[in-house]
Amino acid sequence: MTSFNYVITDEVGIHARPAGLLVKAAKAVSSKVVVKSGARSADATKLMAIMGLGVKKGTEVTVEITGENEAADAAVIETFFKENL
Amino acid sequence: MEKFFGKSIYQAVAIGKIAFSSKEKQQVRRTKVEDTAAEIERFENAKAEALSQLGALYEKALKEVGEDNAAIFEVHQMMLEDDDFNDGIKSKIETQQVNSEYAVALTGDTMAEMFENMEDEYFKARAADIKDISERLINVLTGNGGLDSLSEPSIIVAEDLAPSETIQLDKSKLLAFVTELGSSNSHTAILARTMNLPALIGVKIDREWNDKTGIVDGYKGLVIIDPDEETLEEYRAIQKSDAEKKELLKTLRGKETVSKSGKKINLYANIGKPADLASVIENDAEGIGLFRSEFLYLGSSDFPTEEEQFAAYKKVAEIMGRRRVIIRTLDLGADKQVDYFNLGHEDNPAMGYRAIRICLDRTDIFKTQLRAILRASAFGNISIMYPMIISVDEVKKIKEIVEGVKAELRAENVKFNEDIEQGIMIETPASVIMSDELAENVDFFSIGTNDLTQYTLAIDRQNSKLDGINDSHHPAVLRSIKKVIENAHKAGIWAGICGELGADTTLTQTFLDYGIDELSVSPSFVLPVRKAVINAD
Repeated sequence: MTSFNYVITDEVGIHARPAGLLVKAAKAVSSKVVVKSGARSADATKLMAIMGLGVKKGTEVTVEITGENEAADAAVIETFFKENL
Repeated sequence: MEKFFGKSIYQAVAIGKIAFSSKEKQQVRRTKVEDTAAEIERFENAKAEALSQLGALYEKALKEVGEDNAAIFEVHQMMLEDDDFNDGIKSKIETQQVNSEYAVALTGDTMAEMFENMEDEYFKARAADIKDISERLINVLTGNGGLDSLSEPSIIVAEDLAPSETIQLDKSKLLAFVTELGSSNSHTAILARTMNLPALIGVKIDREWNDKTGIVDGYKGLVIIDPDEETLEEYRAIQKSDAEKKELLKTLRGKETVSKSGKKINLYANIGKPADLASVIENDAEGIGLFRSEFLYLGSSDFPTEEEQFAAYKKVAEIMGRRRVIIRTLDLGADKQVDYFNLGHEDNPAMGYRAIRICLDRTDIFKTQLRAILRASAFGNISIMYPMIISVDEVKKIKEIVEGVKAELRAENVKFNEDIEQGIMIETPASVIMSDELAENVDFFSIGTNDLTQYTLAIDRQNSKLDGINDSHHPAVLRSIKKVIENAHKAGIWAGICGELGADTTLTQTFLDYGIDELSVSPSFVLPVRKAVINAD
């Protein structure tokens, strides 16, 4: 497993549209992607679960990537966060 | 063949298939399913149909209201494909042996509840999206087609239509409206006039009409179900002669709107959204006398951002070029409600918390709109108009806010028209009485005759029982118009009419006699009014 931390800069947090894009990005990689916010976590391929975290601007999330290609996949997902969230 | 009568809103004839729209909340029944695999397939098929509906809505919204506003339909698609949502539905069908409708309703409710219990307002509001997609699925499953799933041009029959529903309608698939409720001044009625569609209200409707052939006769206020061949022929002939008359009016395109005595009238059009520009151009309007900004708020699930508004205003300003575009600031409340404003129930909304009253109270919303309008003013000939004014004090407060916004923009080095014209709607008796003093403080008056009639005569325009005595030619209304024009001219400003009365060609001569400077009407009335002005003294 590899992971990175990221502080959300989007004005409304992980809202519907970027959450939907995140789901697409997470489905496109072979690794399992989990987003953790505080004590809660959600599978990044599940839109409602991700939105259900209610992540707001300024919140630091931990993203865990597990799989055979986890190093490369982590880079892809991290880039996604920087560009969209 | 059966005939039913109602009150006509727009005089034209439509022939076509009837689409009965029932928007009453679906009563979902739980039934036992033996073949759960087949039921899951039924659900998958419904989901595919719902996804394709949303795809079509997204494309339509993209063209009409831009990418930001269209995104909601893309999000709905994503939600429909959510694993948890789908797994929840399928597992209920399998383990509880229930029908898809019930499984969808139950799963949707659980998920909506999860969002409703969240703290943040944005995430809380997503509960409405879950409910929306659940209802869409249930509608597909029960075969109860919503308004946006019209497959061919249809006559829409419904109990009533809300302004926020009409914005979703596909214009190219609309032949006519027939509703049981609503009054001739409701916004759906105004919409029908804008789109040149025959519309009847107060018709006793029947869901059995669905899929039958119908004729809507806007001349006689009549809807005919299952017409015989002879009747169809008769109405096809009327449609043909209407089309010929319309062609004749087209010869008025490009002509100046000047009366026999040489009085030039600025003949403008009223629009509700940028997509209406096509008919503005087609009907040769000389400007936009009333650009209702509510569409941005009604067609949205949250407050429209400054950028969304700016893009819409800029688009209209650029297309109209040097021709005047008068943008009316937010006029919500009364019969135009939006969930996210949380305006709450009012016993008497027409006299309640609405329009400029909201703007002067929630100045953050107002400033966002003013910034967007001012920024767009650099791209065309934009004026701002404020609705529901009752006092000079209000105008002074507005101007202070506008000056503040201008200063902000200057500090940010953002271009805008420093001398932007600012006018007010005259639609309250108070503004008529104070019109002499108000005229000293604004650049123009535009008389909103619909509300002015309602407030002057104390007749609720939403109450169809009062349509009989709701006389917009009442001398009290006409004297008010005359006085307002006189007071405008004394202060050296211009006065126009942007209400329905402006299109009433039996009054065109009267308005010219009063000295009216501008008339702003639905695009379809521009050429008939031009003809009336040219033929007047």
